[in-house]
Parts: sequence; structure tokens; C-alpha cells
Amino acid sequence: MQSANVNRLTPYLFLAPAAVIMAAALLYPICYMIYASFLDWNPSQRIGEAEFVGLRNYINLLGDASFRESFGVTLKFAAIVVTIEMFIGVGLALLLDRNIRGMSVLRTLFILPMMIAPIVVGLMWRYMYHPTVGIFNKTLKSIGLEPVPWLSDGSWAFTSVVIADVWQWTPFIFILSLAALQSLPQSAMEASRIDGATGWQQVWHIKLPLMMPVLIVTLLLRLIDAFKVLEVILVLTNGGPGLSTEILSLRISRTASEFRELGEAAAMSNYLLILLMVLTFGMFLYNKAVEARAARLRKAAEEDL
Amino acid sequence: MAETTYERQNPAFYALIVALVVMAIGPIVMMLSTSLKLNVDIMSDSSSLLFMPTLRNYETALCDFLWYDAPYIDYCDKTFGRALVNSLIISLISTVLTLVIGCMAAYALVRFRFMGRDAVSLSTLAMRMVPPAVLLVPVFGIWTFQFQIDGTRAGIILVYVAMNLPFVIWILQSFIVQVPIQLEEAARMDGAGPFGVFFLVVLPLIKPGLAAAAIFTFRVAWNEFLLANALADRDSRTVPVTIVNSMTEFDIDWGVIMATGMLLAVPPIIFTFVASRQIITGMTAGAVKG
Repeated sequence: MQSANVNRLTPYLFLAPAAVIMAAALLYPICYMIYASFLDWNPSQRIGEAEFVGLRNYINLLGDASFRESFGVTLKFAAIVVTIEMFIGVGLALLLDRNIRGMSVLRTLFILPMMIAPIVVGLMWRYMYHPTVGIFNKTLKSIGLEPVPWLSDGSWAFTSVVIADVWQWTPFIFILSLAALQSLPQSAMEASRIDGATGWQQVWHIKLPLMMPVLIVTLLLRLIDAFKVLEVILVLTNGGPGLSTEILSLRISRTASEFRELGEAAAMSNYLLILLMVLTFGMFLYNKAVEARAARLRKAAEEDL
Repeated sequence: MAETTYERQNPAFYALIVALVVMAIGPIVMMLSTSLKLNVDIMSDSSSLLFMPTLRNYETALCDFLWYDAPYIDYCDKTFGRALVNSLIISLISTVLTLVIGCMAAYALVRFRFMGRDAVSLSTLAMRMVPPAVLLVPVFGIWTFQFQIDGTRAGIILVYVAMNLPFVIWILQSFIVQVPIQLEEAARMDGAGPFGVFFLVVLPLIKPGLAAAAIFTFRVAWNEFLLANALADRDSRTVPVTIVNSMTEFDIDWGVIMATGMLLAVPPIIFTFVASRQIITGMTAGAVKG
């Protein structure tokens, strides 16, 4: 009898530590943040002493030009970075999906940039972008060109940050697309080859459509991560010059630590979360819609037979 | 599969591969070479390939661990050494805790069928969506005023464990599903209790999954900056925090800072070379298998 009790309780015992930790250190903070976003709260106060101000933080933020600017920078950064990385990553995967010696070494080398701390990535690039000792300006100077203000000019700084991110994360898309390519059914490839499809036609009409589900998930994962980028930009430009590279994550951390406005930082976090949720949900719905269409087409095709 | 034949490719293809490899590891090699240079060499205009390698920057960074007297260090700044110890302790403990706790939870979810796998996948995705910056404010507030564990290593470990758990549970689930239930039933027949079955039968079988999960957890804890920066005080700072702190000063000592960066990068690089297969499994598991 007692052992039956133990057996019934085991699953709960196994789950309990994880549940407790996640409730205390993830769920609770998120709820706390939602509550904090309605407060006028600075770091020296306990949360109970902070004044309840309703939606004021949210409304203030909407009217705040610099918040709107960094919202725009965030969207621009994510869109540009993810587009470039998808094109290069998928392109390289299609190109390198061959039976060559040393492919696994190649893949190992390619994942290095992702494994290294973002702080270190920022460090390396900041050194390379250095106005006098950095390799880019040294090279430019040695071939007789004008040095470029990589990090000190607004639009160049944005480009520099994008380049660093593309360097770090293109391999992610490459690895995932390569895995997708290698798991494609060989029969479809062979059938198309027998039908006389050229390489391009194969890529366009067979490989890409078959990879689509994986590509969409990859895109979604990468997009989510692009909104979380913070350390690289922090080390490279700290959001400057001006607000040209100040993405939302960075602004949240600065609002909390430099301007000491915890309530406003929390409201900003909520805007970011809402944005991410809308994106994820949109992508999810799109995915469902595509699947439904495919199912409908399949059904129609079967009825035609 | 005894002989794999390789297709011959044209030279342009190999040129492309060489270019890609140079692009991928060039910055890392450059960091390594800078960390081996004296400041005179870093600042000089001449070629960056010819220089006398020196370990002086590493000696400066690690001065409190040196067992000999380095003649040219007149002042030993212990910040980095302390941060390295903190980083090691925090990452190792949070990895072990996350694995043990996550493994148990994953096992319970698979074998006892509470929720569907969908619920877990969905919550993993949802957790992945939350940027660390979003956790910054509430974690700072709660840790300081309610749990009162700000500035301690335990506080930082707690956040890291919580942050990593969803991913670890999710990836371990996909490995535990493949363990045949007959094995467990046999062990139970032989008189093993639920804990015995778990530790003696299931754990050894999912080693590859554990390796992947361990690497990912360690990497997050080892590399994380934002939350550590908010929670740590002088004595519990981790390496990323000290690097950023020394970056904000006006005059950057590139040699030393590259040496510290290199030291921070070494463990992930080693993991990558030792276990790239597991890492790629971990990365692709979600997207490709679905």
C-alpha cells in the first residue's frame, strides 16, 4: 500500500524542483514586471513604497521621441540582419550541400562564432573597427583609401553592428538549413534529375519548397534572438553615436541602471514582449495557414484522381 | 559504408571554402594574436603578422595565480582572477543543478504523461522569447528586496538555472522518449525503485542528450552579462562583467583585454571542438525534427 503511494507521488517529486524554481525565478518575475510597469519606482525604494501611476509609464513612452526612435532602430536592425543572414545562410547551405571531405570540420569552425561570449565578439569587432589600430582602417590606409569612421558616425555605426551580427549568426542559419537539406527525401531529387531538371530548377522547385517548414522555424528563432541582441552592441557602441544603434534591450537596461526609472523600464520590457508575442503568433498563424492550404491542395488532388 | 567517395569539385569551390573559413575564424585568430602582442606592437603601423609573441598580457590578467614573480608587473590587479573563479563556480554549479533538475522533470513529463509534449514545446518557445533584458528589472527588484540574495553567487546561479530549465527539459525529453520502456520495466521487476530506475537505467542511456544540454547551459551561464551585471557586487562579479567594466575606461589596454577575452572564449572553443556533433544536434533538434 505504501509503495503504491510512493509510486503515485513519484512524478510530482520528480517535477517539483523544476516547477518551484521556474515559478520563483521566471514566472514570478514576469508577473512582477507587469505589476511594476504601473508604478513610479526607483531602485532605492521597496516596491511597496512606489506610487501607483496606472498607465502613465506606457503613455509617457508613446510620447517619448527617443523611445520611438529606439523602437524603430530595433525593428530595422532585426529586419535587416535576419534578411541578410537568411539569404547568405541558405545560399551557402545550398552551395555546400555536397559530399566533400572535411565537411564536419567546416561545420565545427562555423559554429565557433556562436559559441563565444557575445561580449568577446563585441570586443573583437571593436578592436577591428578601431580608427587607427583596427585592421579595416589599416588595410584601407595601406591601399591608399580614406579611413572609415566605423563606430563614430551614426549610419556607419549601424552598418558595423549589422556586420558583426551577420558574422556571428549566419552560421546558425547555415547549419539548420544544411541539416534540413540533408534530411530531404532522395527520391524527389532523383525523380527530378531523371525528368531533366537543371540545378537551378531543382533548387527553386524542389529543395526550397521542401525546406520551407524548417526555414520558417529557423527564421522565427533567429528573429526572436535578433530582438535579444544586447551585449555585442553594448560593447561596440553602447547605443551611440546619438541613438543610432540603441536597440530596445539596451534602452531597457540603461533606463533601469542609468536613469533609475524601474517602472518605465518595466513598461518598455512589456512593449518588447508584446512585440515578440505578436511576431511569434503571426508566424505561427502563417505556418498553420500554409499547412492548411497544403492539406487542401492535397485533398483536391486526391479527389481529382 | 566502408568507402565514402568524395565528389571532385572545381577550384573556385575550394577558394570559396577557404574564404569562408578565413572569415569565420579570422576575428578569433586576430584576438589571439593581439593578446600575444606587446602594446608597442599593437600600436605600430607595420605589418601585423611579424611580432615577438609574449605571454605578458596573460601574466598581467592572471597575476594572482602566478607561482613565480613576473618581473614587469609592478601592481597586481586581482579583479580578473577573482572574476574567473566566480565565473567557474557559478557556471559549473548552475550547469549541474540545471541538468539534475531538468532531467528529473523531463523524465516525469515523458513517462507519466502529465501534459502533452506540445505544452512543453510551446512553453520552451515562449521562454525563449523572453529577452534577458526583460527579466532585468523584476529580477533585480525581487532579488534585492524579497529574496535578499543580491550580490551573492547563489542569486546569480538561481537565475541561470531558471533561465536554462525550459530548454534543457525540452531537449532531454526528446532523448528520453527514445529509451525503451521495456528496459525500465525489466529493472522494476528486478526490484529497482523509481529513483533507482531513473539513475541506473535512464541516465546512462541519455548521455548524448545530457552532453548537449550541459554544453548549452554552461555556455549561457559562462557568457551571460546583463543579469550578472545587475546582481553581482564587487566580490561576485563574473568575467563578462569585468571585461565590460574595463572597456568603459577611456584608455583601453588592448593587449590585456584581448587576453581576458581569449580566456573567456577558451572553454566554449574547447567544447566546440570536442563535442561539435552534440552541439549541432542540440541546435537542430527543435527546428528540423519539429
